[in-house]
Order: sequence, then structure tokens, then C-alpha cells
Amino acid sequence: MSKSLLDINGLSKHFQLGGGRELKAVQNFTLDIKKGETVGLVGESGCGKTTAGRTIMRLYEPTAGSMIYDGVDIAKLSKRQFKAYRRRMQMIFQDPYASLNPRLTVLDIVGEALDIHGLAHGKAERKKRVEELLELVGLNAEHASRYPHEFSGGQRQRIGITRALAVNPEFVVCDEPISALDVSIQAQIINQLIDLQKQLGLTYLFVAHDLSMVKYVSDRVAVMYLGKIVELASSEELYDYPQHPYTKALLSAIPEPDPSAAREKERIVLSGDLPSPINPPSGCPFRTRCPAATEKCAAEVPELRETRPGHLAACHYA
Amino acid sequence: MTRDDNPFAPLQREAGAGEKITRKSLTAWQDIRYRLKGNKLAMFGFWVIIVVVALAILVPWLSVHDHYSNDLVNKNKAPTWGHWFGTDDLGRDMLVRTMMGARISLFVGVMAAIIDFFIGIIYGAIMGYFGGKVDEIMNRLSEILYAIPYLLVVILLLVVMEPSLTTIIVAMSITGWINMAWIVRGQIISLKNQEYALASQVLGAGHMRIMFRHLIPNAMGPIIVTVTLSVPSAIFTEAFLSFLGLGVQSPVASWGTMISDSIGAMTIFPWRLFFPAFFLCLTMFAFNVFGDGLRDAFDPKLKK
Repeated sequence: MSKSLLDINGLSKHFQLGGGRELKAVQNFTLDIKKGETVGLVGESGCGKTTAGRTIMRLYEPTAGSMIYDGVDIAKLSKRQFKAYRRRMQMIFQDPYASLNPRLTVLDIVGEALDIHGLAHGKAERKKRVEELLELVGLNAEHASRYPHEFSGGQRQRIGITRALAVNPEFVVCDEPISALDVSIQAQIINQLIDLQKQLGLTYLFVAHDLSMVKYVSDRVAVMYLGKIVELASSEELYDYPQHPYTKALLSAIPEPDPSAAREKERIVLSGDLPSPINPPSGCPFRTRCPAATEKCAAEVPELRETRPGHLAACHYA
Repeated sequence: MTRDDNPFAPLQREAGAGEKITRKSLTAWQDIRYRLKGNKLAMFGFWVIIVVVALAILVPWLSVHDHYSNDLVNKNKAPTWGHWFGTDDLGRDMLVRTMMGARISLFVGVMAAIIDFFIGIIYGAIMGYFGGKVDEIMNRLSEILYAIPYLLVVILLLVVMEPSLTTIIVAMSITGWINMAWIVRGQIISLKNQEYALASQVLGAGHMRIMFRHLIPNAMGPIIVTVTLSVPSAIFTEAFLSFLGLGVQSPVASWGTMISDSIGAMTIFPWRLFFPAFFLCLTMFAFNVFGDGLRDAFDPKLKK
């Protein structure tokens, strides 16, 4: 295995809600991301996957834990010191309609990245660089003078990608980059991301809730539930041999294109809703919805442990 | 790896076809102007403002009369060819006096709006952007200021300072910006978690850049509307203070003092009340409809 690029250990993010209450959005998040790989991060809405991504980008200050990026713990750096790392780590956002400032042209949106880090000298060089970047992601150079509202969702997402790539990052957090797009456009954007990864040697943390897409792009997949990673394995392994009952339920929900296979497929339907992260269940967070929960699950918190070679799961019975 | 036997392999695109956009490229300001031009009522308001401003500049300059010379033989004259708007109780030409009043009223309105604009934006943006304790303290301060009866502040200030234009503008600005600050605060709070603000933060932008490049320009719609709507309210406040005798002093007259002077004789010499009151109403109406039109023009989502 190649060298690790970002080694996240015990990362937590708790939000103070007032009245002494605390929302534990991310707890004890431990993940080792290797250089050049794509790690998928899946889970249902509200499980803390976006918060995890944003905490890694230091949009939120981590409550606890360390993030060793290329030998330096970036969780401990001051904002000023971290600025240098912002050139190396970038983020692609979920909603292409909200992630581009409607008052700026594409030139200025992408150019801002160059301005902040002083990457272009003079207007002509800035323009040229932005045009190169736009062509890199499949847009035209003359799109630079346009405003975001003149573009379609897929084109806007490409502009978001261009902005992230403008500083030449090596690590990109993709925060559900396709969930706001049409299915046909999703494939385009995913292929674009994969091409760019090959071309530029990028490392991705791919946050999503669409399991089939995550399987397609990821080398490894982490499954999150209520702020915790409950299962982590290579994507083949995870899809073929899911260990955690939550992962099994998620996988059974992937639509099957073949109708005869779909008829035979057994769906695991979870009862109840995601419990509130303000007041999580004791023991295993999943026990309130788990078909196989026992008394042990209420009493003891299951730790992530290796249940098959290279396959971690947090379940007493995996 | 499934990645290489790619089930989503892209089609080859025709060379040079690209993704073309055929619509003409417009800057944000061109767009706003275009939309504003389509709004008849707002354009009417705009032209009324232009005409009033032009009259205020040109009439006292071109007229054979001035605003201070008494002519007691011709006092309280109804409108004639010599005096289009008639004369007042000292025989001064009402047309010239009304237009001098327009100068005062417009100046006060615009100055008050500009001061509100700057103080309100800076204070409101800081409150909204930093949030938490900063917001709490600054918000309480503005609430305290807001809770002091406005008229009391003005009258006290006029006791300390001499009644003059400056005093009126200062008095109006002491509390006038608070509304603007609250509007800006609300806007910034709703905008600061927009993904484009986060994206800028991820790129390493500082507070200033995020505030002035991303947040405030996107809050400009409500800000401009508030500014245009604060002009008529400042004009009205000035007229109101002048009406109470707290405003500009004779021989200079604002609309408020002219209305105040004419009120005793309004049944006998109604034109002395009518002309300043008419221009006061017209100007306020024009600013209000123009402000409404601007609000519609500034919202790109309303674009047809």
C-alpha cells in the first residue's frame, strides 16, 4: 500500500446548543487516507458525513482528535498556519446553485483562488490560467466572462471543480458533488472527477449517500451512522461481504436494474428514524433500529475491529 | 478494480462542438438596468426624482425672483404669470421658495441615507458575520439606542447644537442607521452559511474578503431598497421637525417650514400650503415606487 496522506485519528466535532446540551455530530472519527486513493464516506442524511468533511477542511474547529497531513497535525495549526494547507486541500460542494457567488463572473470565481494565494501575476496571466483550468474540466475559455446563472447544474458543478483545482491541490473533499444533479449529468461529473484524479494524481474523500456511485468511484468505503464510522473496507469487500447490519440494510436498498433479480432481492427495511445525535442511544448507536440487537448492544459500545482481513466493523456480532 | 471496465464510459464529443451559450452576456448591472426599465411605475418614480432634482437646481438659478426678498405689496398673491406658484405672506415668490425647499429636503434626505448606509452596513455586517458574543453585545447596544425616544434625542441635540441643517442630519443619523444595521445583519446571517462563502473560506479568504466580496454584494438588493426608502423617510422627518420649528431657520425654507408657515391661513391662501405639500408628497411617492422597482430589479430570481 502506498504512503498515507491524511491520517485522521479520533476526530470529534461537538456543537454546543446552549442549555448544556451538546450535539455530537462526529465522534471518534478515525480514517487513514492513502495518497492517490478515493475513500467513499456514506451514510444517511444527518449522520455527520458533511460535518466530518467540513471539519477536515477546518471550516469547523475540531473538538478533539488529530489529523496528520503529510507529517503535520493540521488540527492543531492556527488559522494563519493552516492557510498554507488550503492550497493542498480543497473542497467541492454539494449544491452547484449555492456554491457559486451569483454576483461574480466565472473568471472572478475561479480567479479568487489565484488571488488569495498569489498564484497569478497580472490580469492577463490570471485570465489565461482560468481559461486553461476551464478547458481542463470540459468548459470553454469564453465561459470565463459569464455569470453563474447562465449555466446549467452540471456546468456549474464543473466551475466548482475548476475553483477547487485552481490552487493545484493534492487532496479534495467532494461533499456530495453529484447529489443535486440529474442522473445523466451525474455520470459526466463522476467521470470527469475520475479523469482528473488520473491526470493530476488527486486523492479524494468522496462524501455521498448514493451507494452505487460510491462503489463505482471508491477504492475504500467508510459507512457512517450517527456520527461514527461503523464499517470500513475496500469497496469490493464491503459490497460483497457487508458485516454491519446497517451496511446490509443500506446495500439492500440499492435499486436493482434487472426486474427478475429485483423480485428475488430481499430488502431489509429499517424501522424507526435516525435517533437524535443530541441524545444518542446507549451502547451501540444502531441498536434501536437493528433487527439483531440484544442486551449486550445496549450495555456495551462496540469498537471498530477487524472482522475479516482488512475489513473493520463496529458490531458485537459481525 | 471496476473502474477500468467502465460502465459509464463517456461518448466522444464532436470536435469543436463544445458547450456553447448563445445568450448575450450581460453584466449584473446591465441586467438590473434592463429589468428596471421594464418596470413602468419605477421608471415614472425615477423620472419624477430627476425632474424634481433638475427643478431644484435650475429654478432658483434661472428665476428673476429670489427666495428672500420681501415684496409686501404683492403678498399672498394667487398664482399668476409673474409668480407661477403665487407669493407668501412677505410677498416672496413661492416657486423659488418651493425649489429652494426641495434643495434642502433632498440634501437632508440623501445625506441621511448615505450616513445610514455606511454606518448600518459596517455595524450590521460585523454583527451578522461574527455572531455569538459580538452579535449579542452589539445588538443590545443598538436596541438600547433604539429604545430612547427619537424625538427626545433630536430636541436635546437641538438644544445643545444650534438649529441648522447639520444638526438635523446628525440628529437623524444617531438612530437612523439602526434599521439598516438590522437589515444587513439579517442578510449576512442568512448568507454566511451559503456554500459560496464556505468555498471562499476553504480557499483561505480572510474575513474582509468574504464580507466585502461575497456577502455584502449579495445583500445589496435589500440594502439599496432600504437606502432608497430611507430617503423619503428622512425627507419626511426633516419636514416634520421643521414643521415643529426645530428645522432650518428663515429666510431659508424647507418644505416643512413652508407648510408650517402656511397652515394658519390655509383656508384663505391654499396655494401656500398646496405647492410645498404637493412636492413633498410627490417626492416621497417617487422614491418609494423607485425603491420598490429597484428591489424587483435586484432579485435575479425574478428574471423572466
